[in-house]
Amino acid sequence: MAYLAPNNPEIQRPVGNAFIALTILAALFLNGLPLEGALLMLRPDFVALVMLYWCMHKPWRIGIGLSWAVGILADVADASLFGQHALAYTLLAFGGVVLHRRLQMFNLRQQTSQVFGILAMTYAAYALVHWQVNGYIVWPYFLGCLTSTLLWAPLSILFQTMRQKRVEQKGA
Amino acid sequence: MLDNTQSFQFFNRGPSPAVRLVFFAVLSLLLLFVDARYRYLESTRSALSVMVSPIQRLATMPGELWQAMGNFFVTQRSLVAENNALHQQHERDAALISQLQALQQENQQLRNLALLPQRGELITQLAEVVYAERDVFKRKVLINKGADANVQTGQVVMDDGGIVGQVTRVYPWLAEVTLITEKDHAVPVQVLRNGLRTIVFGAGDTSQLSLRYMPVSSDIQNGDVLVTSGIDGIYPPGIPVAKVVKIERDAAYPFARVSCLPVAGVDKYRHLLILSGLPKLPERPPEEPAAADADKGTKIKSKRKN
Repeated sequence: MAYLAPNNPEIQRPVGNAFIALTILAALFLNGLPLEGALLMLRPDFVALVMLYWCMHKPWRIGIGLSWAVGILADVADASLFGQHALAYTLLAFGGVVLHRRLQMFNLRQQTSQVFGILAMTYAAYALVHWQVNGYIVWPYFLGCLTSTLLWAPLSILFQTMRQKRVEQKGA
Repeated sequence: MLDNTQSFQFFNRGPSPAVRLVFFAVLSLLLLFVDARYRYLESTRSALSVMVSPIQRLATMPGELWQAMGNFFVTQRSLVAENNALHQQHERDAALISQLQALQQENQQLRNLALLPQRGELITQLAEVVYAERDVFKRKVLINKGADANVQTGQVVMDDGGIVGQVTRVYPWLAEVTLITEKDHAVPVQVLRNGLRTIVFGAGDTSQLSLRYMPVSSDIQNGDVLVTSGIDGIYPPGIPVAKVVKIERDAAYPFARVSCLPVAGVDKYRHLLILSGLPKLPERPPEEPAAADADKGTKIKSKRKN
């Protein structure tokens, strides 16, 4: 349970820009998988999770501006209105950047509850825009918020190990 | 780590998060407004789509690979069975087509006699669904023909069963098709049995359609087939759209609630046909005279009042 420790004693090497870009592209790819019906409703928002992770761990490099730009790309990919994802991800990044110090002190279980709040805000912003434009809300959409939250811990552990592996490789 | 001590700032980090939040949120809202109201940003969207579409193509690969594997491992027996079924279908269709040709000939002659304009033949273009409704909210698919194949917005898309939707946005290599089950998407139809004209609307959150504004007394039954009326000049006439499945007649309301199911496999198939070359209808006559009459009427009335 070393990863669950609040402050990981291992010093982490700086993360390369290429690694961050790769994770974001991978998230866009996962969001683009052609799912249908119930699976689509349960699909976590991978892009939101990855952006939140980087906003939390590297708030001075990945911030609100970049999240906004990724949001625009997500809008194009989803054929949603320009600015719909962008607005949601801006709020998400703000949550991540403002709370990054607190979140970094927490262990994964505590983080998850906080992340749920941020994601719920993101999903609500998206649904609110949709409601304003189209006049109705699809409630099952919020199921994605739950699955995204559940994915937070595995994703954090995965990224942590990937970053440590890089250290070992460089050390050897 | 300097990152963890923010109380005194040694380095200029640019504007604070709150300022950035406000800036980008306002920018997003502005974009939303412009996009929802005026649709000025279509060229920007298609430029950006060139960047995003490789990722999207990549994302559809696993599914296609899975399908290809499935195709490869089909048993010979199922192939033979399918071949037989297709042969039978083909024979039945051939008989129907010869009948249809005779009828078409007859219809042409009758129309010539009656001096009615000819019904044009439909030109179709085959397209494949690249991916289906990515967003729970929307009933849209993207197909692999775009501006490069001369697809235009407003063109009608169908499959072998009936109307599937309409092209609503064209990208360089893709086109977005709004399905008829999209909320408030309207198709002018008529009941095949008695020619009753009406409009069918998508329900949005389910894959159903509904008829609104049908008087309680109107002659409509369960199982009625709705075909396009072709009155709008966008949908060609006589293509099946939906079948009535449920009618609720409540005396408290002036209108009956009629639910229908689409005839086409709206969210089933991969291959679709884009229709083009619809016959142009003559221009609709301007409505000014009527309005002018109405004006006169009110003027006269007001004079009388005076």
